[in-house]
Amino acid sequence: MDRVPLEQKVLSENDRVAAELRARFQEHGILCLNLISSPGSGKTSLLERTLEALPRHDRVAVLTGDIQTENDANRLKRFHFPVKQITTGGTCHLDARMIVRHLADWKLEDLDLLLIENVGNLVCPSSYDLGEAAKVVVLSVTEGEDKPLKYPSIFFKSDLLVLSKIDLLPYVPFDIEAAAVNARKVHPGMEIVKVSCLTGNGLQEWMTWLEERRKARKPLAQETTQETMS
Amino acid sequence: MEGRASSPVQPGGTPGAPLANWGNMHEMAIATSVLEAVKTEMDLHPGTYPCKVGLRIGEMAAIDQDALRFCFEAIVHETDLESLALGIEVCPRRHRCQGCGREFVVRDYDSRCPQCASLETTCISGDELELAYLEVEEYGPSTVGAKSTQ
Repeated sequence: MDRVPLEQKVLSENDRVAAELRARFQEHGILCLNLISSPGSGKTSLLERTLEALPRHDRVAVLTGDIQTENDANRLKRFHFPVKQITTGGTCHLDARMIVRHLADWKLEDLDLLLIENVGNLVCPSSYDLGEAAKVVVLSVTEGEDKPLKYPSIFFKSDLLVLSKIDLLPYVPFDIEAAAVNARKVHPGMEIVKVSCLTGNGLQEWMTWLEERRKARKPLAQETTQETMS
Repeated sequence: MEGRASSPVQPGGTPGAPLANWGNMHEMAIATSVLEAVKTEMDLHPGTYPCKVGLRIGEMAAIDQDALRFCFEAIVHETDLESLALGIEVCPRRHRCQGCGREFVVRDYDSRCPQCASLETTCISGDELELAYLEVEEYGPSTVGAKSTQ
């Protein structure tokens, strides 16, 4: 009997494709975010309010994933930015190849920001790198405040927690401080914003986070260009 | 996983043959990737057959071991890899203290350094999803006969 060391990641093929995507995003100075949550936590609503707040000429595009239907893409197309639906036909997560395929007829040089809405699922999407600069996890106040402890992987891997539907706080037994403590137990120092897409409360904080991330991305692309030119 | 032929795995499927489109379930996609890696590796070891494939899975990797084993057994069933065993080593979440450098296992989400009580600690492992090893056996005179009947 011989034991052969393998020493490779199980999802090395997805990781390879994701690394190529990341390099392309970096080359074009694009900030790519991967939004993940349970079904119904408000990812699409957050995207609607985000697109609504951005200037018409902004260089933004959205890929939105679901198992079936074009419903989300139709909701998001109203804002006149490029939007494409990825229907997975049963698969519980997006993978890097689906992103490559759906980006094929967009010019990356026309974009600064790519928002990817993953399939509603707190488990599986956490294993699949899509080449994003950051994962953003959305948790609504109608879910339990112990969700970060029950599904630690996604909270551990996400840069930002968006606590959504805070307009419902008076009506639900959700301890928002406990939710923050739990999230930071899993992910010490995790950034958190609290929003209501219905009242608009807290959305400015989310938009500020987004703009700061975009600014942080920009100089990188410019530096690269300058280096190439010199 | 997506976009592959949706026919079931053929009994006695040869190394390199496409696997079924059973990637819909997370653990099934993982099991399929593991089997593909085994088949690729086996091309480098002619005259042998694989007995056991070893994985390292971090406790933060969001993989259900039982579901993974179930899926793995389902996709090797009635193929020439039916006897392939799956070894899983679970890796705990480990942090390193940025202050004193101590490395420790995080239990119950308590990531405070046990030596100096600092909260400034960084995660160094615990989200692995890796192929660690493959055990292969040479075909003996008896196993060759047995294999050819499958």
